Amino acid sequence: MGYIFRRFLSTLPVMAVVAVVVFLLIHLSPGDPAALIAGDLATTEDIEKLRAALGLNLPLWQQFGLWVGKLFTGDLGTSIFTQMPVTQLLGQRLEPTVSIAALTMLITLLVAVPLGTLAAYRAGSWIDRLVMLFAVLAFSVPVFLVGYLLVYSFAVQLPWFPVQGYVHFGENPFEWLRSLVLPCVNLALVYIALVTRMTRATVLEVLHEDYIRTARAKGLGVLAVLGHALRNAAIPIATTIGAGIALLIGGVVVTETVFAIPGVGRLVIDSVQRHDYPVIQSVLLLSAGVYVLINLLIDLSYRLFDPRISY
Amino acid sequence: MKRRTLAAHAAMVALALSAACAMSLPALAQTPPKTLKVVAHADLKILDPTFTTAYISRNFGYMVYDTLFAQDATGKPQPQMVEKYTTSKDGKQWSFTLRPGLKFSDGSAVTSADAVASLQRWAARDSLGRAMTTVGAEWKATDARSFTLTLNEPFGMVLDALAKPSGFPPVILPERIAKLPATAPLTEVLGSGPFIFKRDEWVPGNKTVFVRNPNYVARSEPPSGLAGSKKTTFDRVEWLYLPDANSAVSALKRGEVDLIEQLPPDYIAPLRADTGVKIGAFGTYQGFLVMNQLHPPFDNPKVRQALLQAVNQERFVAAMGFPLDMRMAYCATYFICGSPNDTAAGAEPYRKADVAKAKQMLADSGYKGEKVVLMVPSDVPYLNAEALMAAQTMKSIGMNVDAQSMDWASIGARRAKRDAADAGGWNMYVTVAGEFDANSPIANAYLGAACGNTLPGWPCDKPLDELRTAWLKETVPAKRKELLDAFQRRAYEAVPYINAGQYSAAFAARANLKGLDKLWAGMPTVWMLDK
Repeated sequence: MGYIFRRFLSTLPVMAVVAVVVFLLIHLSPGDPAALIAGDLATTEDIEKLRAALGLNLPLWQQFGLWVGKLFTGDLGTSIFTQMPVTQLLGQRLEPTVSIAALTMLITLLVAVPLGTLAAYRAGSWIDRLVMLFAVLAFSVPVFLVGYLLVYSFAVQLPWFPVQGYVHFGENPFEWLRSLVLPCVNLALVYIALVTRMTRATVLEVLHEDYIRTARAKGLGVLAVLGHALRNAAIPIATTIGAGIALLIGGVVVTETVFAIPGVGRLVIDSVQRHDYPVIQSVLLLSAGVYVLINLLIDLSYRLFDPRISY
Repeated sequence: MKRRTLAAHAAMVALALSAACAMSLPALAQTPPKTLKVVAHADLKILDPTFTTAYISRNFGYMVYDTLFAQDATGKPQPQMVEKYTTSKDGKQWSFTLRPGLKFSDGSAVTSADAVASLQRWAARDSLGRAMTTVGAEWKATDARSFTLTLNEPFGMVLDALAKPSGFPPVILPERIAKLPATAPLTEVLGSGPFIFKRDEWVPGNKTVFVRNPNYVARSEPPSGLAGSKKTTFDRVEWLYLPDANSAVSALKRGEVDLIEQLPPDYIAPLRADTGVKIGAFGTYQGFLVMNQLHPPFDNPKVRQALLQAVNQERFVAAMGFPLDMRMAYCATYFICGSPNDTAAGAEPYRKADVAKAKQMLADSGYKGEKVVLMVPSDVPYLNAEALMAAQTMKSIGMNVDAQSMDWASIGARRAKRDAADAGGWNMYVTVAGEFDANSPIANAYLGAACGNTLPGWPCDKPLDELRTAWLKETVPAKRKELLDAFQRRAYEAVPYINAGQYSAAFAARANLKGLDKLWAGMPTVWMLDK
C-alpha cells in the first residue's frame, strides 16, 4: 500500500507539468475558436464580442487559473463550441473507446501469445518464418489501408459487418459486437505483430535456460514446458501489452475515423482542429492520468508473475 | 433426484424463455420509425443560426425553426408563417398577420411578440437587417397575431429580407429566447419548424437527431424551394458526420445511409457508374480570392485588376476537382451565374485570362515586388487547391508570393489582423461562398461591406457604397436593374475581391430516395424527400 501511495504521489508533479505544458501549447498555437464559431463572413467586431463573452480575451495566467480552479472542484469545463460540459462529452465517448481498447487487447492476447510461443518453439522452421512474415506485414501496412480493405471486403462486398457507426452495448449486445469486429481486428493487427515478436523473443530466450532443459529431461510434456517458459517470459510481454494499451489511446484515432466511431480519439482530433480549449486540455490531462495509472498497474502486475518481486 | 432437478430446471428455463418471448412480442410488432440518414457536409457545433454564418447551423435552423417568408424554387419570396400582409403605397408602412394556430414544438403559441423580438435580434446581426435599420425600420406587435413595420424611407427588399435564405436567415424564436444577449450563441432550441432537435441523442462530432414535430402547422401549398408545406413523411432524421469520405461512400453503397449532402469531387465520377446511387447538383458556389486592401500591394486597385486579368476561372474550379458538367468555364457576374441578378456588365475586359496583359498591367501599376503572404489552408482539400492555384497565378505574372500553409482555424484568427504581412498580418486568403451569400450587392459580404467595415480584407470604395445604397432603396425593377449593372461595372474597377470560378456541389443518394429533383439550391429540404 505504501508503494502505491508513493507512486500515486509521484504522479501529481507529472500531472501538474502536463497541465501547464498542454495549456501553453494549445493557447500559444495560432488559431481562434471565436473566429470559427462566428463563421466565415463574420466581422472583426462580432468576433471580438464573442471572445469577450467566452473569456478568451482574459490574460493567459487568468484563464489557466480559472481552468485549474475548476479542475479542483471536479469541473472539467464546458466546450466552447457545443456548450456541453466536457464530462458529458467524455461520457458519450468513453464507452466506444474503452470497448475498442478492451476487445482489441483481447484479440491481441488470444492471437499473439500463442502465435509468438509457437514461433519460438519452432524457431527457424517454416512456421516461425511465416509468423514473422505476418508480423512484419501487419506492423508495416498502414492502419487506414487495412481499414479500407476490411470495409471493402467484409462490409461492402460481403455484407457481414456494418461499414460505420457504433451501437451501444446496452442497446443491443450482438450489434455492439458486430460494430466492433472490423475496427478491433483492424487495430489489433499492429498489436498482434508487436506482441507476437516480443513473445517469440522472450520465450525463445527462456527456452534456452537450464531449468527448461531440466524440465524436459524430467520428461515434462511440451505444453507443460511452454507453460513454465511463458510464466517466466511474462514480465516483458506484460510491459509491452501495457504500453500498447496506453498507445491505444492515441492510436485509436485513425480507426475511429475510418469506421466513424464516436470515441475519445475523434473527440480530441475534432477539438484540436477547432481549438476547443477546455475539451483538449481536460481530455489530454485525463489521458496522461490514464497513462500513468496503466503504468502503475503494469508494475503491480509483475508480482503476479514473479512472487520474488516486492515493493 | 438429479434427473428430477434437471427436468425442473429445464421447465423453469422454458417458462422464462416463453415469458421473455411474450414480453418482447409487442416490441417486435412495433414498426421501426421511418428514418432518413443523411451524411451532413459538416459537424454541427453551434445550435444558433442567428449567431453564425456556418451553413451547417443554417441548415439546422431550417430543420427546427420556421420563417415568416421563404423563397420558392424560382427565388420569389412567399408567405410562410405569415398568413397575409399589406403595404402602403409609399412602401413605408407594412402590416403582417401570422397564420392561426402556429405553435412552437413545446405546444406554446407563436405570437407576434415572438416574431418582433426575433426580427430585432436578426436585424442587429444581418446585413439586410442592418440596412433596414438604417432606413429607420421599427417593428411593433399590434395584437397576438399581427405586427407592423414602419420605415422612414422606402426599402426595395423588405420581403427579400424576410425571406433571406442564408447568412443569417430570420428564423422565429420564442420572445424570451430572442431577447437573450446576442454576444454568444444560443443554446436552447425551441422552434416551430418541421422537426424537433433531440438533444439527448446529440453526439457532437458524430450524430444529430431530429424527430417529427407533432405541433408543426404546415401550409397547404406544396413544397417549393424553402416555401410551402414542410410536412414530412419521416419520423426521424439523422445527420451523421463521417469525416472520412471513403467510409461515407461505402456506407451509401451498402445502404447504411440514404444521402450524402456534399460528395467530394473526386468521388463524383466513380459513383456515377453505380446504378444503386443517384448523383445530382446541389447548390452553386463561387471561389473568392480575398485581398487585404489595407497594405501594399493590394491596396492599389491596379494591382487587383492585374491579378483579375490573369485569373483563369476554369483552371481554379478544375483544380478543385469538379468535373466538366459541374463547373463553368467562365462566369461573368459577381452575383452567381443563373441567379436573378446575373449580369455581365463590366466583365468584358476580363472574360479571357491573359497573362501577358496582366504582366503589363502589373508593371504599369507600380508594383515593386512586395511580398504577398498567401495563407494556404492545409486541412480543407478544395480550398487548398484554390489557394495553390492562386499562388501559381500570382507567380505567373511576376508577383513575389510567400505561400504559408496553416490550418483553417489559424487562417480564421490571422485574417482578423490588420497589421502588415511582415508584422504578422497577411495579403491574401481564399474561400468559397454559396449562391445566397454571393447573389446580390448586399448578400455578398465582400460587395456588401461599406467603407469602415470590419470584414477581413477591409474593402472600401465610396462609389460602390453609393450605388449599393441607391439599389437598396430603389423599388422600380427596371431602375434596380440599371443600378445593379452600374454596381457591377464599378466592382470590376474597384475589385473588392476576385471571383475564382463557379461550380456546383454534388449530392449522392440511394436510388430509392424520392423527391431528389425537388432539392433546391443546396438546401437540405429533407421534408421533400421520401423512400
